[in-house]
Amino acid sequence: MAKLIPTELPSNWKDNATQIANRIRLRVLEHVLTNNGGYMSQACSSGELFAALYTRILNLAPSQAPMVPAPFKGVPANDNPAYTTGGIYNGPQTAETDRFIFSPAHYALVLYTTLIEVGRMSPEGLKQFNQDGSSVEMIGAEHSPGCEVTNGSLGQSISQAVGIALGRRLKGETGRVIVMMSDGEFNEGQTWEAIASMSHYKLDHMLVYVDVNGQCVDGKLNETMNIEPLQSRLEAFGARVFSVNAHDLNALVEPSELTPDGRPTFVLSYSNPTQGLPLLQKRAPKLHYLRFKDEAERESYRAVYQSMLAEMPAAS
Amino acid sequence: MEILSKVHATNLVKWAKDKPQVLVLSADLTSSTEIDDFQKAYPERFFSFGLAEANMMSAAGGLAREGFIPFIHTFAVFIYRRAFDQLIDSVAYPNLPVRMVGFLPGIVTPGGITHQAIEDIALLRAVPNMTIVEVADATEIESILVATENVRGPIYYRMLRGEVSRLFSQDEPFKLNTARKLSSGSDITLLSSGICTEEAMRATSILKQRGVSIQHMHISTHKPFDDPSVLQAISEAKLGVITMENHTIIGGLGSATAELIATNGLGKCLHRIGLKDTFAHGASKPYLMREYEMDALALVQTVEKIIGHDLDITEVDLQTVRLQAVHSAAKAEAL
Repeated sequence: MAKLIPTELPSNWKDNATQIANRIRLRVLEHVLTNNGGYMSQACSSGELFAALYTRILNLAPSQAPMVPAPFKGVPANDNPAYTTGGIYNGPQTAETDRFIFSPAHYALVLYTTLIEVGRMSPEGLKQFNQDGSSVEMIGAEHSPGCEVTNGSLGQSISQAVGIALGRRLKGETGRVIVMMSDGEFNEGQTWEAIASMSHYKLDHMLVYVDVNGQCVDGKLNETMNIEPLQSRLEAFGARVFSVNAHDLNALVEPSELTPDGRPTFVLSYSNPTQGLPLLQKRAPKLHYLRFKDEAERESYRAVYQSMLAEMPAAS
Repeated sequence: MEILSKVHATNLVKWAKDKPQVLVLSADLTSSTEIDDFQKAYPERFFSFGLAEANMMSAAGGLAREGFIPFIHTFAVFIYRRAFDQLIDSVAYPNLPVRMVGFLPGIVTPGGITHQAIEDIALLRAVPNMTIVEVADATEIESILVATENVRGPIYYRMLRGEVSRLFSQDEPFKLNTARKLSSGSDITLLSSGICTEEAMRATSILKQRGVSIQHMHISTHKPFDDPSVLQAISEAKLGVITMENHTIIGGLGSATAELIATNGLGKCLHRIGLKDTFAHGASKPYLMREYEMDALALVQTVEKIIGHDLDITEVDLQTVRLQAVHSAAKAEAL
């Protein structure tokens, strides 16, 4: 199978981000084909969001972490001074830079792929995905590249981000705390506790992007447990909320450039879970994890991969 | 015996004075957990989280990541029952210096099942990176924050509020992972913790008068639990070992002692006083301690069982014992 080769990126941010979004999907599909499984629909739904975050929205310093992640250094403990979080892939923390809190750990494959496409991790790093002894874990934890907190149990990151935001305010730091969440997390009661506290403490330096793909493990989120109308629910909690098309880069970026007004900002990024890969629609409504039923199905995805690859500018 | 009021409230304000990194987090139990004085003294370091413990726990993890030392204050049950998942993922796994101050341990409250933390030590002892300490008196409350300030990871404080006795001399502060030897003896070794230590002290003086040689160790650190003096005391017991705790006998001090005995091959018979795999219900502390056989009389009866004869000690005998703040027996011997 042909492999992706990093190419020169266009100078225009939007063209650049569009290409990164497509390359995220392509690389995730490549990974799924190679490993006979993976979180494909998450890449389809959030490709533009991750591309926009890492190329335009987040103010991050360059990564100083190794391009190929080091083997897992052991769990945090008093006798383990070598431990660091995967936040090092988002660059050194300064008072001015943003903090990116990646919440839905099941999107880890999308995050790792994004790090590759924006030059913060080597494609070699993805070979460690779900390999024994690696930090590039299937369901990312805080030691995984790009992750700063642990959130395999959904709904905890936003609260941890509340603590980080309160702490940064106490220290007089100017950088924002930007959280990426999945819509399923709005089933969790803790999420709403966190939103209440964000509003109560006027954490307007918090910006939360939600990939509203309407999917959860059981199928359609709103048939499993409805969260809509999400915008008015959030507004009732005192948040400033924007509902945007997840595949419109300008629409994703605009709310991040507004002047803070005392309210935490939520961007509901309504997405198509099969964006860029219509073939995946055949598996609806269960899109959470793609594992091929048989070789014929795998071949059908391989053919799509080849045509996507052929359409990719400057890729071989 | 000296009885003091709001010891934690006063101590916290004093101790935190020159520590701007120390924050206090409340879940709508500000006066109930004695942090109202802190709120008045340092309002900019006090954060109200409302009735939302899960968010408070994870947010404490976030604050700790930013270099602060957040002190969560609520009833113990709400820390580990409502926010156990958050405690593990947001605090214990990353080994962050979050301090969890849990009130109403065991059966000290008439609040009943929903307010009585009877299995907190059992659950939290199983969580890696945790340090677990428990106070028994005013001296320990006054000294426990200083004694634990260098612990890097999370700490669970099993705390007492309101009126508290002074059992231990003020010049013998709490020391992490260090048992207090309250009496010497070679027939029976008694390990007690929390409010059970005061009960045990009522009984041990009379037991000694009746010729029972009893070595009494007060345990205030549940994790780590590897003080060599405890191992020594257990190995010296000729007739048996008793544990006495304000907690279910499963998973707490009794179980920890059983682990010590077994893993060190000490082969001692262990008698566990505490809630015998039962919930309690809402009633007064003295009533519940008698009803569930966790008081001084329960200790006497356990000793009688071990030595095989009646000691003719009544409840009245035990109630009339006058306790004074004591120096540890270990120190007395050293002197």
